[in-house]
Amino acid sequence: MAMQKHPEKIIFEYSRPGRGAFGQWPTERDTPNEIAADIPENLRRKKPAMLPELSELEVVRHFTKLSQLNFSIDTHFYPLGSCTMKYNPKACNAFAMLPGFLNRHPLAPDSLGQGFLACMFELQEMLKEVTGMQGVALSPMAGAHGEFAGVAMIRAYHRARGDLARNEIIVPQAAHGTNPATATMCGCVVKEIPVNDEGDVDVEALKAAVGPNTAGIMLTNPSTCGVFERRIKEVAKIVHDAGGLLYYDGANLNAILGKVRPGDMGFDVIHMNLHKTFSTPHGGGGPGAGAVGVSARLLPFMPIPVVGREGDNDAPKYRWLTEKDLPQSIGRLSAFMGNAGVLLRAYIYMRMLGREGMHRVGEYATLNANYLMARLAKAGFDPAYPTRRASHEFIITAKQQKNDLGVSAMDIAKRLLDYGFHAPTTYFPLLVPECLLIEPTETESKEALDGFIDAMVAILKEAQTNADLVKSAPHTMTVRRLDDVRAARQLDLTWKPAAA
Amino acid sequence: MPFNPHTPKDVGDMLAAIGAKTIEELFDEIPKELRIESLAGIPDALNEMQTGKLMMARAAQDGMPLNFIGAGAYEHHIPSAVWAVTTRGEFYSAYTPYQAEASQGTLQLIYEYQTMISSLTGMEVSNASLYDGGSAVAEASLMSVRAHRKSKSQRILVPTTVHPHYRKVAVATASGQGVRFEEIACPKGYLSLADLKKYEGEDITAIVIQQPNFFGALEDVDAITDWAHANGALVIGSVNPTALSILKPPGEWGTKGADIACGDCQPLGVPLSSGGPYAGFLTTKMEFVRQMPGRIVGRTVDADGHQGFALTLQAREQHIRRGKATSNICTNQGLLVTAATIYLSLLGPEGLARVANESHRRANELVAALVRVKGVKLAFERPRFHEAVLQLDRPVAPVLAELARRGIVGGFDLSTDYPELGNALLVCATETRSSEDIEKYANALTETLKAAVRAA
Repeated sequence: MAMQKHPEKIIFEYSRPGRGAFGQWPTERDTPNEIAADIPENLRRKKPAMLPELSELEVVRHFTKLSQLNFSIDTHFYPLGSCTMKYNPKACNAFAMLPGFLNRHPLAPDSLGQGFLACMFELQEMLKEVTGMQGVALSPMAGAHGEFAGVAMIRAYHRARGDLARNEIIVPQAAHGTNPATATMCGCVVKEIPVNDEGDVDVEALKAAVGPNTAGIMLTNPSTCGVFERRIKEVAKIVHDAGGLLYYDGANLNAILGKVRPGDMGFDVIHMNLHKTFSTPHGGGGPGAGAVGVSARLLPFMPIPVVGREGDNDAPKYRWLTEKDLPQSIGRLSAFMGNAGVLLRAYIYMRMLGREGMHRVGEYATLNANYLMARLAKAGFDPAYPTRRASHEFIITAKQQKNDLGVSAMDIAKRLLDYGFHAPTTYFPLLVPECLLIEPTETESKEALDGFIDAMVAILKEAQTNADLVKSAPHTMTVRRLDDVRAARQLDLTWKPAAA
Repeated sequence: MPFNPHTPKDVGDMLAAIGAKTIEELFDEIPKELRIESLAGIPDALNEMQTGKLMMARAAQDGMPLNFIGAGAYEHHIPSAVWAVTTRGEFYSAYTPYQAEASQGTLQLIYEYQTMISSLTGMEVSNASLYDGGSAVAEASLMSVRAHRKSKSQRILVPTTVHPHYRKVAVATASGQGVRFEEIACPKGYLSLADLKKYEGEDITAIVIQQPNFFGALEDVDAITDWAHANGALVIGSVNPTALSILKPPGEWGTKGADIACGDCQPLGVPLSSGGPYAGFLTTKMEFVRQMPGRIVGRTVDADGHQGFALTLQAREQHIRRGKATSNICTNQGLLVTAATIYLSLLGPEGLARVANESHRRANELVAALVRVKGVKLAFERPRFHEAVLQLDRPVAPVLAELARRGIVGGFDLSTDYPELGNALLVCATETRSSEDIEKYANALTETLKAAVRAA
């Protein structure tokens, strides 16, 4: 394995015995570091863990250099479909990291958490308002975790009614992979139904799929095809008439914020990706927050804890509600209270947006997406659903480029990196061949969008004149395309010192 | 709308390119009767200055009490560099590293994290995190069912010395798939081999051992591990990563070592923050790597043969396997992994051991000071790490309420989760508690208990 090109060594390669960030140690380095006598010999560690030994500057420099190998919202346009990579306001981070919030122990008495709990209660109330649901629980820690809570509630609801046969979850073909995976985790059977040529659920197939075993349906609206499910009321009626419940995957809530609400569409339970719609950071893979909202009939089943308010409006008292208050709850999904710090960031964001700002999120996200789609279509790219409005995102299919020029959606995605743009989501949803799912979000300027369009036009030209350049992209990153097969076959998951 | 860049001219030009007259027109596919006109329940917008005032007031309202609770979340010193680097936009505002070439920083960091956590736990491989220590026990339990093909029972033994919240998360998460958790009562504050006797010869999929256990006591991990393996069960260790710098790692428990080790990264540079975000870790033996849930990063080469990093073994995951995935987990606690990796790099092997030793010394000092208070005694005589159960001569809740009024968070009241222990209080100290802090608590407790006697 040649090592010279990657610009940053593995941290262990910098390590030197006896070095350290001594200012971080709780005791002086020249004092003994002995294990207390009351810890029995047979329970002690014999050989120190392999952790690097470095000065503070070396650590800071290494990780700062690593950070610079990432694309991020702060540095790049990041139109990753279905991920809502909008600006994460700095204030949300700064205020959520006030010492009073950071130092609060999760099990500290409620009397020493009224400020924090007030924020959580108001967040629950605001989320109820924007979604049209009757109750909100904040503890799920990611979208998939919220999905789990939602399907578990659907199951608990049927069980509580003695309706034990209902274990089928209907999922459209275009659904996120987490939907069927979640249904399985909840002990349900997954039934997939097709999506028609215009991106809507095939209503006839739905009618044929529902029955006495139907627990519910999981839908994203706007769907993962980037279009609004126009017959949603009919879908809701079919599922409800069959005795099932409707689950709303909130991955695409940004598209409709302030315009239409899942609760009004007939959904019984939803999860919201606060790290998408409410701008908490994605953190290079979390932490997210997957708060769930429910209709009245699912209120008793919400995951604990939930924040309750007692007393009058002038002197409210907040406290965590537990299984004592919600004996039919699906239970506890996190060791404590979910991703509290993420929830604070979402709360701060919502307070800064305010009522008017909420409406504009959906409006400008939709404006940006439709503008990009119209311009790219004009430039020779094929929208997957040309007769439809884009929601906050849309799909381009590179099927034609693949057939005519041998250039795939992945090639275009990789070449975009060379132009300084993060790639859109590729090969999702699976039903559209060579697809690029593009979501610009409302916080991008027209100039940023125009720059992306220019790059796409340039890449299309390259594909026509010098396809190899595109097919072998990226060329300007610190690494070229990686050997995924080798990664999976010759597993190298931890660093090991070279044999002496 | 504070974060939209659009000028009226931009909007006009963009609508013209779309061929629409108004933004409203872009919503014409949504049935009219579903549209809403206003969100009356959302308050007016605040600017950043106003928001800052509100949040500072809210944060100040909760004060900065002196904390003596651990119970799964530990107040350790956090080097400034940890969050200064972690909140760099390139880490903070990046997505899950699906585009490997544009995410080498996060990917290499996770590879380094996997190395450090594997070494700390003495295991061969680590994933790139789970939600928290509770979800880690839940996912480890599900994983043990997949990994242990010979066991058909899906029965998992869980002593009550495992964190009560972790046990609840495991039940809520895994019972939908038919996993059964059987609790073993541990009235002496630790799991004894005698308690396990009745399970001999039965089909048990796995046993969960927490070290140090929820009471801070040290379990006989070698004996329990060997018992489990002799009886055909896998061993899941739920461990504190700080303690692992001085305690025997799960990979070395008994003759064959634990099969899965998991826990919470919170002690590694993650603030208490009312319970999250934290990050769960999960490590195992190489033979079980394909049964692991969550992201895993591997080192590989690029088209030129240069070193690079990528997500790997993705065939386990939901975006490929859908309904047959090992878990529905995808994006979880990446940024906390960043913080934990920087923390471990700053502390190093000796620094982390010093944190553990000093925490334990302070906890011993705390216990010694509190048992001198009339009406307080130690519940269990048992080797422990930085946490202990005290027995009070009266109900705990009113005592804690009075301590809270004095700005002291005096511990975790065990009476709800362990009514059989009577008036039991779980207390903790780390390296952040000074002798003055401990004296302040002892004095406040003395006064509180005296005052209560007078009131009675």
